[in-house]
Amino acid sequence: MGAYIVRRIAQGLLVLLLVSFICFVIFQYMGDPAWALAGRYATPKQLEMVRKKLGLDKPFYIQYLIFLKNALRGNFGMSFVSRLPAMQVILERLPATFELALMAMLIAIVCGVGLGVLVSVSPHSPASRLIMAGSLIGISIPTFLTGILLIMIFAVELRWLPPFGRGEVVRIFGNWRSGLLTWDGFRHLILPALTLSSYQLAVLLRLTRAGMMEVLGEEYIKAAWAKGLPQRAVLFKHALRNALIPVVTMIGLQFGELIAFSIVTETVFQWPGMGNLLLSAIFESDQPVIVSYITFVSLVILSLNLLVDILYVFINPKIRYV
Amino acid sequence: MSKGKILRHFLRDPSAVAGAAILSIFVVGALFAPLIAPQNPYDLETLSLADSLKPPIWMEGGEAPFLLGTDEQGRDVLSTILYGCRTSLTVAFGVVLVAGTFGMIMGLLAGFYGKFIDALVMRSADVFYSFSTTLMAILVLGLLKQKGVLVLILAISLTDWVRYARTLRGSVLAIKEEDYISAARAVGAPGLRVIFRHVLPNAVPPLLVVAAVDFGVVIMLEATLSFLGVGLPVTQPSLGMMISIGRKYVYAGKWWLIVFPGLALTAIVVGINLIADWLREEINPRIQKAVKGR
Repeated sequence: MGAYIVRRIAQGLLVLLLVSFICFVIFQYMGDPAWALAGRYATPKQLEMVRKKLGLDKPFYIQYLIFLKNALRGNFGMSFVSRLPAMQVILERLPATFELALMAMLIAIVCGVGLGVLVSVSPHSPASRLIMAGSLIGISIPTFLTGILLIMIFAVELRWLPPFGRGEVVRIFGNWRSGLLTWDGFRHLILPALTLSSYQLAVLLRLTRAGMMEVLGEEYIKAAWAKGLPQRAVLFKHALRNALIPVVTMIGLQFGELIAFSIVTETVFQWPGMGNLLLSAIFESDQPVIVSYITFVSLVILSLNLLVDILYVFINPKIRYV
Repeated sequence: MSKGKILRHFLRDPSAVAGAAILSIFVVGALFAPLIAPQNPYDLETLSLADSLKPPIWMEGGEAPFLLGTDEQGRDVLSTILYGCRTSLTVAFGVVLVAGTFGMIMGLLAGFYGKFIDALVMRSADVFYSFSTTLMAILVLGLLKQKGVLVLILAISLTDWVRYARTLRGSVLAIKEEDYISAARAVGAPGLRVIFRHVLPNAVPPLLVVAAVDFGVVIMLEATLSFLGVGLPVTQPSLGMMISIGRKYVYAGKWWLIVFPGLALTAIVVGINLIADWLREEINPRIQKAVKGR
């Protein structure tokens, strides 16, 4: 297990190195790196200083090493737009995205797995058919459309929930501002979280159902029924545990999707998160912010994937990493 | 399994038939858009601002020939949907073709020859999977600042091929161990012949499911990218772009600008997903047994 984790971390570092190289190319060749570090409003003298400091006259690999050194310190230069350190600009938006993604994940996992089990128990009941039809729509409707339709229904027509923004936030610690602790903030979170969760919910539901249907036909489930175990024990302890393995794989694979769709959701709801920032950075050619975003998101995705792989061992004792 | 049997199974599954019917309506509509559509929404001469923001024909203020109403520039919504479906389907076909072909080649090589190519395919599959096609496409297109159908196809295929490669590699690894492959090799059939005559035909069915699912995913992805403003240029009809324009009028109650293109988009993907579901059950004998057993 220890050796496996070390190997996985080494692999992750290799990928990060590759990502950093791509970022370096973006930084160096898609816009002037001197400007990237000094900011768009730098004086010619400042620019000259930065050029010298960056070593733009030095060979390619030295330039890359300098970039790496800066990257390790989290220094990706100044945002062209806000003229603040780019990584800081990204991290300021982290709480908004984190709360949105966490809430969406919770909804998707709880409802997806729960409904999946429910449907697998009585696959031919009208309720099950309705849920399955809903899940078909769920995997067939793009996230941005879900968001707009929810806004049209619940914000514009019914006026139950606010259509955009994050509402009232309170500072918990440091710069972490949370919207979860105020009623207004919570109300603002509902529609975006539902939007972001809808696709994953449908995917997890279908996967859980398929897994459960397969497992429920196995001999050991019949044995469990025969022993006279209560339904809840058979379903959740014996069946779900085995049906859950592909589901956990999928949850692990979906972190990237979740981050991608958070860009979409944040755009639809003008949610002040990292995805929203990335999109404006793209339109404003704010290279330092884009590069910081890519680096940060890569770090998050790689560590979450490692975490999920380690989790496997606890769900399925059959898996032994060597 | 014979072709006749597959067709019989298909016709016996009402949801598969419904999916095929929905999909063919949109394919036909897209193919013959210039003949069917009341207006060419991208021919500026036929547009008149006097026709802008008209509601659907059955509502007060609706006007012929604008069956489903018009947008801010006086474009007929139905016509734009038909032309937009053309773009969506072209991009989806393009990606399935490009990513499918490249992914198949890489999957075959990885499964058959292993070693370096195998490691390369599997590691890039891991990375691309975890970063997701959507995220990669947003970043690539956003940084390139290039728009258009071809760029879109290439940007999506850049990461999408790993779906095909991974699936095919898995099948090839299983098939490689079969006796008929050893037999073909024993009689001295050359490597390429073994691959194309013996391995590939048996590895294709699971790929069809991947292709069908992928087709739907790409249609949603194209719409998403165009909605975000990194996909197609404004001069190109696209369902995602229509919805993005319609979003500005949500508060003004111009629902038809979003609901109709949204309905078209969802219906196409539902159609293809119904077919994909049927294909999956048809191919996977384990599920088949479960279905028959009940």
